[in-house]
Amino acid sequence: MSDKVILLVEDNPDDEALTLRALKKNNIQNDVVVARDGVEALDYLFGTGNHTGRDTSVTPSVTLLDLKLPKIDGLEVLKKIRADERTKFMPVVILTSSKEEQDLINGYKLGANSYIRKPVDFSQFIEAVRQLGLYWLLLNEAAPLGSR
Amino acid sequence: MLSFHNLSIKHKLTWLGVLTSASALILACAAFVAYDVKNFYDDMVRSAATQAKIIGYNSAATILFIDPRSASETLAALSTEPDIIAAGIYTRDGKLFASYAATRSSSTAATSLPKALTLRADGHRFEKRYLELWQQIIFERKVIGTVVIQTSLDAMRVRLLQYIAIALLVLLISTLGSIAVSLWFQRRISRPILDLAATAKSVTDDKDFSVRARAESRDEIGQLVETFNEMLARIQEQNQELQQSRDELEQRVIERTAQLENANKELESFSYSVSHDLRAPLRSIDGFSQAILEDYSDKLDAEGQADLRRVRAATQRMGQLIDDMLDLSRVTRAKITREQIDLSALMRALGAELQKVEPERKIDFTVAPGLTADGDPRLLRIALENLLRNAWKFTGKHPTAKIEFGITQNNGNSAYFVRDDGAGFDMAYANKLFGAFQRLHAMTEFNGTGVGLATVQRIISRHGGRVWAEGEVEKGAIFYFTL
Repeated sequence: MSDKVILLVEDNPDDEALTLRALKKNNIQNDVVVARDGVEALDYLFGTGNHTGRDTSVTPSVTLLDLKLPKIDGLEVLKKIRADERTKFMPVVILTSSKEEQDLINGYKLGANSYIRKPVDFSQFIEAVRQLGLYWLLLNEAAPLGSR
Repeated sequence: MLSFHNLSIKHKLTWLGVLTSASALILACAAFVAYDVKNFYDDMVRSAATQAKIIGYNSAATILFIDPRSASETLAALSTEPDIIAAGIYTRDGKLFASYAATRSSSTAATSLPKALTLRADGHRFEKRYLELWQQIIFERKVIGTVVIQTSLDAMRVRLLQYIAIALLVLLISTLGSIAVSLWFQRRISRPILDLAATAKSVTDDKDFSVRARAESRDEIGQLVETFNEMLARIQEQNQELQQSRDELEQRVIERTAQLENANKELESFSYSVSHDLRAPLRSIDGFSQAILEDYSDKLDAEGQADLRRVRAATQRMGQLIDDMLDLSRVTRAKITREQIDLSALMRALGAELQKVEPERKIDFTVAPGLTADGDPRLLRIALENLLRNAWKFTGKHPTAKIEFGITQNNGNSAYFVRDDGAGFDMAYANKLFGAFQRLHAMTEFNGTGVGLATVQRIISRHGGRVWAEGEVEKGAIFYFTL
């Protein structure tokens, strides 16, 4: 399980800390790569910028994507993920504060696998992360490498 | 002529001219002919009497001396008068003494002379073909005989015929003349009227107020045309003003719509950032409070832990407030798509959901069957859910409750209502019920953020309806709404 990487795209350090805490509380011990803006997320995924030379054949098991991000926003990142052969089938879970209808529609339109709204109640957030980890890291079968 | 009324003005005027001139002419001719004929007769009688007097004077001696031959010679002098067809001299006792007959038609004329004269006094009479005049012959104040002269009326007849012929000719010419004149006049009078009528018709048909009728004269018709044109000008002016103000209004509507759209967009981006940015710190406050509670509980006493729990509760409440506020603004912004909605079915479904959440509640929930309405299904669901939830909530302190959904007549309009027999409210605060974040009960008594009824009101008013409430403390509340 630990060989599977989780990519957390989150610009708010508090949210980053709370998400990491929630993962820890649920005993999810996978490597978590944190990208603090859209550009960094894409650099990691496609082995560019600071992540030049990374083996891009290894894609995260799941990407937790915030929508409101500096430089390139979440929806734009999602669009680029879906446009690239390497990450076309990568599970992307939108994890955001917004429950604006337009964000939901656009998220799903661009190919998000799931949309989770961060609750204010941290207990609820821990529960959400638990189910998220259980589903995407254990239950879900990723698309085989050949299909990418 | 039968429908003179329906003839066009053109023909009416022509008829008028012709009939007027013809009747005047006929009357004048008749009077003239009658006068002339009378004069002619008088002349004829006078000249016959003169002849008779002359003959009587010249033949007095022949009677006295009983010389008919001389008398005949005297009479023969009448041959110079071609109109006299016969004449005779009679003795005192009425016997024909001498006679004369014009050579022409003498036989008829001669035989027409009376054989014996019964009339004594002077006189004359008109026969069919001639005038017969008799004149006594007086000698030394004694009547000694009578002269009779018959004058042919042929001349008169010829003259009369000539008159009639001339009159007819004049009548014909003058009729033609009057037709020509009245055609000319008619054109002068009727053409402007016909023009005016045509213009009026084209204005009515084409709605073109820019055309003008031609004014050719300064009489009443000219004034009519002028007034008509003024009227058209005024209508055109008013039309232009109307069009102008309509354009302005349209422009203003476009501007306002743009402003409104802008404001809406701003509101949207505002609530977007509220939903994003305002909740983020709340999550931190709540999350790290819980982290402290979990990681440092051993370093906090009971009071410290209780305080932190209060922080968390307040944070979550604020989260709820933000969510409600966003819901409220979403309701205000949402596009309304109307369709037929079965309100009764919707209410029953909502009631079943609430009952499922609180199965222990004993609530007698009745829904009037077959209530439908035109409205936005999503928004109306939110409104009805809020009303029903309220009824559910405010009957919560009672062991049993009765909630009813139905329709009633209010000032002639149908109003739907949701009635409960719960906590109710003081009518003094009825106006505060629908304000956002307005609450009539303490938090400890009934929870809630106070946006439910504000949401209901916005939804109903966006449907063009009205919502109001009646209530009494601990007796219950009724919420009415129209759509």
